[in-house]
Amino acid sequence: MELTTVWFVLVAALFTGYFVLEGFDFGVGALLPVLGRDEPQRRMLLGTIGPVWDGNEVWVITAGGAMFAAFPAWYATLFSALYLPLLLILLALILRGVAFEYRGMRDHPTWRARWDAAIVFGSTAPAFLWGVAFANIARGLPLAPDGDYTGGLLDLLHPYALLGGVVTLSLFVTHGAVFLALKTEAPIRARAARAATRVGPLALAALAAFAVWTLTTRSAPAAAVAAAASVATLCGALAANRARREGWAFVGTALTIGLLVVTLFTALYPAVLPSTLPTGDLTVTNAASSPYTLRLMTWVAAIFAPLVLLYQGWTYWVFRKRVTTADNGYH
Amino acid sequence: MDALDVARWQFGVTTVYHFLFVPLTIGLSVLVAVLQTIWVRTGDERYLRLTRFYGKLFLVNFAMGVVTGIVQEFQFGMNWSDYSRFVGDVFGVPLAIEALFAFFLESTFLGLWIFGWERLPRRLHLACIWIAAAGSTASAYFILAANSWMQNPVGYQVDAAGRARLTDFGAVLTNKVTLVTFPHTLAGCFLVAGALMTAVALWHLVKHGTETFRPALRLGAWVTLAAAAAVAVTGDTQGKIMTEVQPMKMAAAEALYQTEQPAAFSVLTIGTLDGGQEVFAIKIPYLLSWLGTGDTHGRVEGIDDLQAQYAAQFGPGTYNPVIPVTYWSFRLMIGLGMLAALVALVALWSQRRGRTPTSRWLARASLALPLLPLAANIFGWIFTEMGRQPWLVFGEMLTRDGVSRSVSLTEVLTSFTAFTLVYAALAIIEVRLLVRYARAGLPAAPDRVLEHA
Ligand code: HDD
Ligand code: HEM
Ligand code: HEM
Repeated sequence: MELTTVWFVLVAALFTGYFVLEGFDFGVGALLPVLGRDEPQRRMLLGTIGPVWDGNEVWVITAGGAMFAAFPAWYATLFSALYLPLLLILLALILRGVAFEYRGMRDHPTWRARWDAAIVFGSTAPAFLWGVAFANIARGLPLAPDGDYTGGLLDLLHPYALLGGVVTLSLFVTHGAVFLALKTEAPIRARAARAATRVGPLALAALAAFAVWTLTTRSAPAAAVAAAASVATLCGALAANRARREGWAFVGTALTIGLLVVTLFTALYPAVLPSTLPTGDLTVTNAASSPYTLRLMTWVAAIFAPLVLLYQGWTYWVFRKRVTTADNGYH
Repeated sequence: MDALDVARWQFGVTTVYHFLFVPLTIGLSVLVAVLQTIWVRTGDERYLRLTRFYGKLFLVNFAMGVVTGIVQEFQFGMNWSDYSRFVGDVFGVPLAIEALFAFFLESTFLGLWIFGWERLPRRLHLACIWIAAAGSTASAYFILAANSWMQNPVGYQVDAAGRARLTDFGAVLTNKVTLVTFPHTLAGCFLVAGALMTAVALWHLVKHGTETFRPALRLGAWVTLAAAAAVAVTGDTQGKIMTEVQPMKMAAAEALYQTEQPAAFSVLTIGTLDGGQEVFAIKIPYLLSWLGTGDTHGRVEGIDDLQAQYAAQFGPGTYNPVIPVTYWSFRLMIGLGMLAALVALVALWSQRRGRTPTSRWLARASLALPLLPLAANIFGWIFTEMGRQPWLVFGEMLTRDGVSRSVSLTEVLTSFTAFTLVYAALAIIEVRLLVRYARAGLPAAPDRVLEHA
């Protein structure tokens, strides 16, 4: 395999990791006031993601860094084109990150209520906006011959992109609910499973519509397979959730999200950012770094990526037990 | 005002803000790890209480460091896309390694440390904070390698399409600017952390006579003094390298217009407002020659000569930074840092041989103590970055050529305003929290942690 393809796959893998992992903590954040009816319950909810959310977030930092190093032209065009959505995502992530750490630091209801609002906004907004962003990548953007974006904000808010946002938001909420059912005790456990049952069908409908729309514009056989598998695993996850097979339900939603990312990236390849103007696409070849850089980065990834997987996996193992209201949880 | 100016202001504001939290994360993580190590080895409960106390201050700070860092990474693509296209091949590599190697370590093991008190065996739990601290230090190395490349680009070639292509990554990692910037910055970080530890301990010792804080005061003050020495030694080396690779920056640091041999160090120079002319000056003869070249009779080039030389080499244009900014930031960096060391020395002296300091002045000084080296760090960066202007990558790319052309003034203004407002609000909240915790004093040693072996 060409190194440019290897790095395309690695960037896709990093975003897959990001959405699968941060997806559930976005979901937990969005569901905080819905499922957590009083302070001990909310602490229990947050306790499920407390030790891991920051590690999850590093996946997107690494994905951005890998894009910058391996495909500078992709990183440059994309980040300046998606300017305002990314700005909102950044602001949301700032508020959310600070809220997780600060809400427990003072024992005062107004203080906590404000940070809880920040958590809900900070989780919901990026969950929606990442979908908008990735739908825009799949759809393509109006690019000038030098690679610069020529559109405005409204060009980014195409119905297809908005549907993409609905897909990620509803999927992440389902994923988060399923995760909570797996990680908590009564009364949250059953309530979370019910939430997944309610939001799940919406996610399924949105996902199916989005998959069809994607395939009509960019048909690639591999993408069609991944899209179908993504829809199928979500059906499986919802069935498992109904049957109270919590572990399987979580595996199912994780696979759904992973396969969705795979669908988008396989539909793109070999473009990394298609142009909707006749100026030519940004591709894995013309956006890539030099072979020297790619070779170097491949060694770095080969050494460190398995290590990261190992110790992050270990963290999940250390915190594998269900969280209860008796746990002193956050701080 | 155009999009370029706003983008520059935004980078300046967000970076300075990020660097308010970085020094404490780097320095305090190690100091907290030291306290915890003493507890684990001696079983002395006081050290557990100190670990928990300073650990909390560390966490209040860390959260802000993380969220402001993400902005920095995204900003290259958002506001500086032409820069990113030009340097991605070289600059993206240390950035990606930083994330893959350092940030994962830092965030994962810190999560384990925060939540692992009752879940992990004692020594393993201790290892977590050491690993997180190592991750922070490693992250500093890689980002400083990236920044040093902009000051002194090495290990690359510009290809036919006008992009920088990496040819030797080893050269980037062992850039002589990196090798001296890293210890200097690290020493600056420990100066901040040491000063904070000293300050809080001193305050409690003066106000409440809390004996448990005495060892923290000693540790903090000694760290501050050692860091001040390290900062001076590394800074001196940096000055020599800077004279070699960026002579204009050295001339700007000194507001030295005419080449001198031997050159005198300016303690205080008052110039006209635009920095164009000298009005009044106090100078120490030979000192600048020695600082810049290591020889009391060395030649230090002046701004006017360098300007003429660069105009001949790179074409017409202005190649000097804003002189009053570089001149004053350089002095404030050194002055405020050294003042912090002085306060730490007085604090150490005040509690010699078991005495308990009572002076109201010391309590007041303790409030200023952590702010001094923090400000020194910021001035250091302002000096380094403003002194590089008008270059974005020295000798290769001007700042005005790096900005995103597709981003409108409205967009940059929106983001600049949003970040500034959010950052200002968060700063107020964070300072209040820190003060609250610092005042509350030592927590009791938690039984659950003590019981958990
Ligand atoms: C000398 C040290 C230093 C310097 C000059 C910078 N940083 Fe930083 N950064 C750190 C030292 C650090 C750190 C100590 O590793 C932080 C601070 C607090 C923290 O949590 O980690 C961090 C956090 C941090 C994060 C979040 C990591 C996480 O989620 O754990 C990102 C993405 C960046 N930084 C990126 C940058 C960029 C793009 C910079 C250049 C403009 C930059 N930093 C300057
Ligand atoms: C190691 C990380 C870095 C730190 C700590 C840092 C710090 C700073 C500081 C303190 C300023 C001065 C702000 C002001 O006076 O307005 C500044 C300005 C600036 N920096 Fe850096 N910087 C870093 C890396 C970078 C990188 C990688 C870029 C590449 C795009 C960059 C580009 C700029 C620009 C464009 C300005 C504005 C210049 C101006 O206002 O004159 N910096 N930075
Ligand atoms: C005798 C004292 C000092 C000397 C001679 C000195 C010298 C220098 C020099 C020459 C630079 C610019 C390097 C370059 O741009 O190539 C620099 C940068 C810097 N200084 Fe200092 N410094 C001193 C004290 C301090 C103190 C007390 C602090 C903070 C507590 C500090 C923090 C910084 C920082 C953060 C930078 C920017 C990063 C870097 O380039 O290393 N310095 N210093």
